[in-house]
Amino acid sequence: MTRKRGRGVAAVNYPTGMNLGGDPTQALVHSTPTGNFMVTVSSVDLGQGMKQILRQICAETLGVPSERVVVDTADSDTGPHCMGTFASRGTHRAGNAVIAAAREARGVMLEVAAEMLEVSTDDLETDGAGNIHVVGAPAKAVSVTDTALAAHFQKGRSISGRGMFLVPRSYPSPVDGAMKPATCYAHACTVAEVEVDVETGEVDVISLKNVYEIGRALNPRMVEQQLVGGAWMGISHAIYETTEPYYPQRDHRGVDFNEYLMPGPGNLPRTEVVVLERPAPDGPYGGKGPGEMCANAPIPAIANAIFDAVGVRIDTMPFTPEKILRALRGLEA
Amino acid sequence: MEIRKKYFADERNDDLKEIGQSRQRSDALGHVKGITPFYADRAIPGLLHIRMVRSPHHHARILGIDASRAERHPGVRRVITARDVPHNVYTVLSLINIGPEDEPVLAFDKVRWQGEPIVCIVADSERAAYEAAQLVQIAYEELPAVFDVEEALKPGAPLVNEYHGQNYYRYDSGESRKVILGDVEKGFAEADFILEQRYQASPIEQAPTETTGCVVVPDQNNRFTCYTGTQAVFFTLDNSSVILQVPGQQLHFVGGTAGGGFGGKVDCTTEPIAILASMLTGRPVSYIYNRYEEMQISSPRAAERIYLKDGVMKDGRIVARQVRCYVDSGAYSRHTPYGTQKAAAHFPGPYTIPNVRIDCYCVYTNRTPSSAMRGFGVTIGDFALEVQMDKLARLIGMDPLEFRFVNAYRDGDMKAHHQPTEGAALIECMQEAAEWADWPVDPRCMAMSSREPRRQP
Repeated sequence: MTRKRGRGVAAVNYPTGMNLGGDPTQALVHSTPTGNFMVTVSSVDLGQGMKQILRQICAETLGVPSERVVVDTADSDTGPHCMGTFASRGTHRAGNAVIAAAREARGVMLEVAAEMLEVSTDDLETDGAGNIHVVGAPAKAVSVTDTALAAHFQKGRSISGRGMFLVPRSYPSPVDGAMKPATCYAHACTVAEVEVDVETGEVDVISLKNVYEIGRALNPRMVEQQLVGGAWMGISHAIYETTEPYYPQRDHRGVDFNEYLMPGPGNLPRTEVVVLERPAPDGPYGGKGPGEMCANAPIPAIANAIFDAVGVRIDTMPFTPEKILRALRGLEA
Repeated sequence: MEIRKKYFADERNDDLKEIGQSRQRSDALGHVKGITPFYADRAIPGLLHIRMVRSPHHHARILGIDASRAERHPGVRRVITARDVPHNVYTVLSLINIGPEDEPVLAFDKVRWQGEPIVCIVADSERAAYEAAQLVQIAYEELPAVFDVEEALKPGAPLVNEYHGQNYYRYDSGESRKVILGDVEKGFAEADFILEQRYQASPIEQAPTETTGCVVVPDQNNRFTCYTGTQAVFFTLDNSSVILQVPGQQLHFVGGTAGGGFGGKVDCTTEPIAILASMLTGRPVSYIYNRYEEMQISSPRAAERIYLKDGVMKDGRIVARQVRCYVDSGAYSRHTPYGTQKAAAHFPGPYTIPNVRIDCYCVYTNRTPSSAMRGFGVTIGDFALEVQMDKLARLIGMDPLEFRFVNAYRDGDMKAHHQPTEGAALIECMQEAAEWADWPVDPRCMAMSSREPRRQP
């Protein structure tokens, strides 16, 4: 058995949003007399954790702890309009809408607190722990819960806000393709190390070092979960997955998880992630949409590493043992 | 994971209370303990089940449909065919005025891909629906099929989709979405080397754990509640409204928690027919793809064939890049005309190249319709671009990473689609990677910045 090692690099960028279709999302925020805040959207959480991100964005903007924010997603009778969760737009579009709604709600909250404390709203700040106090005088304070109760039962105010984020549609020029296809761009560079078995053609990815620039890591642990998972999806695309392995022929099609190949835990390498943050001026707290991008750079990095290891170029995805063996035989011939 | 704070520190406020904090996800425990409810997690009395009769052929004329035995099968409540669907021929992107309508909810005159739905069985049990589906007899006249994107564009190729009249999507720019910057032929004439290569990718399934589907319950006041795993609640509601020719006010969609999507749940393939079945029977109806359907019936990532031609100088500068990209839409459009545009906008990658010519074609073949998937219009292009970059570097005898530094875009550089670059950070990602992975590059590369304008050669 002869196994040869090689490494390869790839660098990519990725667009946020679907400007070419027009891109609106709305959000509503309101307080209840419990002191909780409800975020109502019709965006969808696909498992990536959008609810938690919107929760933190809302909490940061209101100046309350995130435990006080509840996110209600995707009921067309209660949630305002959202285009949907795709095109790396969820955090960016819905996040911006939530910021706008939370700002308006915070304005009312501070007005009510100012009346209660008999000061000007300009003199108030939130401590992020559930209290509103006079700048420089933490003892002169009222809790967010008491403010919410007073707003409803005494002051006759609704602590609520409406948020809208719209990117108008960009139409490509039919002549030269001039267009504004996206709002901001995330970036990545991956260095992959592989081992290729020249007798079986099998590829093992030994390590992946991924550097991602994502604007802002709004919740670092969730960023890591998404970036590592995405990198694994990239490995899967590179060396395992396809519904039609002999494209354009339509035979040998996988119909279940026995026939449709994906890596198991034993096939996944040490996957390391470093994050850089260059905030997007139009992003929610600078955040961009890196969710789709993270699967992309590993694929060509692995292809280039295979070349570095055994000197064959596999220009057809996925890089199956059959293709590698055929290429190696071509090299000998 | 580490966050390297030394980059772009002056552009950031790191003093926030909630943003930048690793809070535990509010839904984590529910997901891990298996108590998060998804669309199918509802015990609904009297629920009916849908099973589709699908085309065994890649391309065929339908001569006749005989569903009489299926209608008489015990447990069958309703058999639905094309004539029961109020607005049968649709396309999802008609909502943003991208037409023509080119896909039947249920096929009637022709089938254009193997697996295309023709007859919908609605029955008391999944078993009864399966059994009845076997009893439907359909007479076909097989037609020649085309599976390859370039074969499909040749004169005399079988016509896949009559609603387009040719085997490609016609943009306002013609047979392809074009992006043109500078003069690519002039660039090739100046180049020290030229490299032209072909890249190919096969279709890929999104493979969510939860398969595509929905459960519809007739509500009060002639409204219908649709519990769905869709990634786009209002988009699917609006498309259902068009197909069913009922006002959107009559439809109530509930979703928001999907068991994985990856782009595979934006096609509106189950909701309209399940709502129709509920309207016709007055009963709650579920339509849930089995794993076979998820793998072979639901839209995959499109196969793409990409030709890249580059002109490069000995000093590493790419002076011309030409891209021809053929995206295999399968038999119908779904979201692929959009993804093809997105591909045109993405080429030539994060590099500053003065002369660029891009042609992206959305091509129809007798294949499962493709649609959105994570990295839509970008993933396969990045594979081709970045392998090409490696080949170009070796062609001129330069380190592959240094070669990327030479060409990396910077703030203010003009992109091929005529937008100035903003917020670039490719150079910094590569600097960090070089240092971290111990991949030594020229000190001049390590001194570069995305924020410093490029020196003109």
